[in-house]
Amino acid sequence: MNPITWLRSLAARLFDRDGAAREIDEELRAHIAHRADDLIRAGTDRARAERQARIEFGGLEHYKEESHHALSGSMFDGFFHDIVFAVRILRKSPGFVVSAVTALALAIGANAVVFGVMDAMIIHPLNVPDAKTLYGTQYGADLEFQSYPSYVDLRNRNHSFEDLAAFNFMLGTVLNPGNDPQPANGFATSGNYFTVLQEQPFLGRFYTAADEHGQGSAPYLVLAYNYWHARFHDDRGVIGRVVLVNKHPFTVLGVSSPEFGGTLKFVAPDFFMPIVEQEILGGNSLNDRANTAAIFESFGHLKPGVTQQLAEADANRVAGELVKAYPKEFQATHVVIGRTGLTAFTGPVHGFMAALMMLAGMILLAACANLGGLFSAHTSSRAKEVALRLALGSTRRRILRQLMTEAMLLALCGGTLGVLGGMPLLTRLSTWQPFAGAPLHIPVSTGASIYVVALALALLSGFLFGIVPVRLVMQANPYEVVKAGATGKVGRKVTVREILLVAQIAICALLVTSSLVAVRALVRSVNASFGFEPRNTLLAGVNLATAGYTNDQIPQMDRRLLDAMAAIPGVESVGLVNNYPPLVYTAAFRENVFNEQTHDLKLSNIALAPYRFNVSPGYLKAAGTTLLEGRDLNWHDDKVSPVPALANRQFSKQMFGGINGAMGKRFRIADGTLVEVVGIIEDGKYMSLTEDQQPAILMPSMLYNDPQSYLVVRSSRDPNQLAKLMRASIRDLDGGLHADIQSWNQLLEVVQFPARMATMALGALGLMGAVLSITGIFGMATYSVSRRLKELGIRVALGAKRIEVLQSALGRALRLLAIGSVAGLAFGLMASRVLAFIVYQATPRDPFVLAGAVLAMALLGLLATWIPAQRALSVNPIALLREE
Amino acid sequence: MPDQAQLLPGTLDLLILKAVSLGPLHGYGILLRIGQITSSALLIEQGALYPALFRLVRQGLLKPSWGVSDNNRRAKFYELTTAGRKRFREETEGWNRVAAAMAAALGATAEEI
Repeated sequence: MNPITWLRSLAARLFDRDGAAREIDEELRAHIAHRADDLIRAGTDRARAERQARIEFGGLEHYKEESHHALSGSMFDGFFHDIVFAVRILRKSPGFVVSAVTALALAIGANAVVFGVMDAMIIHPLNVPDAKTLYGTQYGADLEFQSYPSYVDLRNRNHSFEDLAAFNFMLGTVLNPGNDPQPANGFATSGNYFTVLQEQPFLGRFYTAADEHGQGSAPYLVLAYNYWHARFHDDRGVIGRVVLVNKHPFTVLGVSSPEFGGTLKFVAPDFFMPIVEQEILGGNSLNDRANTAAIFESFGHLKPGVTQQLAEADANRVAGELVKAYPKEFQATHVVIGRTGLTAFTGPVHGFMAALMMLAGMILLAACANLGGLFSAHTSSRAKEVALRLALGSTRRRILRQLMTEAMLLALCGGTLGVLGGMPLLTRLSTWQPFAGAPLHIPVSTGASIYVVALALALLSGFLFGIVPVRLVMQANPYEVVKAGATGKVGRKVTVREILLVAQIAICALLVTSSLVAVRALVRSVNASFGFEPRNTLLAGVNLATAGYTNDQIPQMDRRLLDAMAAIPGVESVGLVNNYPPLVYTAAFRENVFNEQTHDLKLSNIALAPYRFNVSPGYLKAAGTTLLEGRDLNWHDDKVSPVPALANRQFSKQMFGGINGAMGKRFRIADGTLVEVVGIIEDGKYMSLTEDQQPAILMPSMLYNDPQSYLVVRSSRDPNQLAKLMRASIRDLDGGLHADIQSWNQLLEVVQFPARMATMALGALGLMGAVLSITGIFGMATYSVSRRLKELGIRVALGAKRIEVLQSALGRALRLLAIGSVAGLAFGLMASRVLAFIVYQATPRDPFVLAGAVLAMALLGLLATWIPAQRALSVNPIALLREE
Repeated sequence: MPDQAQLLPGTLDLLILKAVSLGPLHGYGILLRIGQITSSALLIEQGALYPALFRLVRQGLLKPSWGVSDNNRRAKFYELTTAGRKRFREETEGWNRVAAAMAAALGATAEEI
């Protein structure tokens, strides 16, 4: 039912209610009039007759009310009355209402947000038809099927998939629709990509497998809806237009539908193009079976009846055939087939989301425990009212229904507020692009399911905290309460409220511990030794292929770029690294390294697979990497044989047994080149912050005409100014060359992103838990102080010391705090194991974390008991006793 | 004043049905008719008639309609619906059975046992 019709029907019912009431009134008055008529006829005078008739009739208002109930039935009306009554009761205690609604709004809002992300990340498969049967190879699981020829073989030889499509990234591609080159990030896909996905275009058409006729045969472009909207301003005339992609002409064929966002959940590509164009645009080769950077993942719909296990076995069978046919290039160990969308992150993402949802659920439980306590205190202060109502003949069921209505009313208000607050946050998250240079985003669903979940949570929490005071009502003895007043006994017995409080404190302590673990890990990861110094360093990403440079022009251009950068005033040192610098965009290449004596360079003979970076002379200084021994590379190293290289400490240790023995030692790389170690550098981080120490080698970039590279510029000048100068000098060299300039620290944010997100989420939840605990302890302490005010007064009068007063007033609350904190801390230490997936060296057995958690809980207790303690201390026995 | 018995629970409904079964009546009329047929042996407060009356309306046993009384006043008249007539028959039979059983029980003497 839509809100308008609902309101109209409610109004009609209310109006009808009035109508019915009027009719009853008229009828009862007619009765009295008839009786009066009879009395007058019998000889009474009018005034007395009318009075007599009214007396004989009895309580007019009472019978009107009863008649109304009899006529309308009590269902809706009773409910309506309950609500009206609940509103009236709740209005009397605004403090209680505000704290209850706020707590619930926070808890339900947090759950709605977490659910929104979880829904999009895990529950909902990709936004394409039949996404449930979409499976494929997974990046990071095994690289072998990531070369184009191997993908084609898997596509042709498998028996599990209806058809198999593949895609790769095209990052930093320059799109120029007219006179305005701008970088864009897209997917290079197999021709059957859209056919396999069963997608329909929003405009124009998609390319198909029939459009591909070998290398460079399909210069077509499909724009993603959002990109078309932002860059082409919804121009429908874009179809058929020629756009320059890295200076090559491509024809725009179509625009994909607004719902379609590619085949990776956290990447939103700007465009799609046939993968047969990849190599021409400076990408990886499709013909080389050993080039495992040609394909990111392949996927397809499983045939009916084929399970993931069967598909995996099938893929491994194909891999076995390929190993036999191409022993040199293809050596699959174990192929993994998984659901398309989250690639190799599926496990960690699931783990993290589950943990987050669990924590959010705990916050809600803590809020319910808190409210249950508040609510039963609220109810017990109404004990007299409840007792009176019972004495006057109200049933216990009726009173419980009334309490439940109050609880539900609070819960629904809290839930509504929570969703109203959570939705904008979700909408913001869904459009949030955390990094300017990368098309990463957080998948978020903002649909109806969130409202449903929030409503369900609100009802559930209403029920949970509404049920707490039930026992109170069931055991209420009207006689006792009316006689003795609602003071009750100060029992030594453990009450439900106290158990709830302990549970709530434990949950809070758990959250505080986990967020401290995350914060600590984040701090540690920021201060960790990266093996380079990211401060005061700007990185300029350039792709010479996009500007039309041929391979033999590249080394010369690199040199000119470096010289131009070095000429900028205030620049201390410059260097260059091919592809990506360490820790940028989680992308690093591994090289297969063989012993010097090995001549059969097959994979089984590999000695080590270190990360490999191609760097220019001067890179070490610009990056701030310490040279431990030997020399840096120099500009003549391209003419030296064997090829000189730098190795890190770990490489020296694993390959040659230590840095002392490594200098001057030789090894071979995959293409057979003999390499000699001329310098040893410090260890560092290369691909991710959580990696174990990895071996790495640096090779002279002049030998390899890699078109994509980053210039590393170290200077203590203002980065904005410096970036402007850098851009200007690059433009002076070549106006068509686009440079992506960011500081190294900015780019590090990408690697730190998961840890940051985890810290933020945990921090927010921890804060909520703390607020809830403070209100809970505060409520408990205030309650116990106010109940024992008289006793405290007598103690003070008898000469009790301040400390003794405090002990008797707050001892119990503080004991509960201690018990809860210890339990929570223990749970937190166990739960931190889950965190190790996401954050750097998450270890709870860290004195800082332990001390921090204890301190936080103590502070929290101090904060919560401060006011009640002041009140207990300021007890004036004279005034108190006089009041009685 | 004659000795007036307290109303047994449930008897008021049956008396209303009985009163209306003899012809459509308004509220005050029903009260008078009940007084008539019970020879004023039953006492109820006049207002108590109405909640019972409306309960019967809601159960679909009585059908109300506005009309004009002998006193020339606007009043709501009640008559039995089909369901009302059926219920009246059943209740009457039930009541008679109970009454007969009670009478027999209370009339029993020592020799008969």
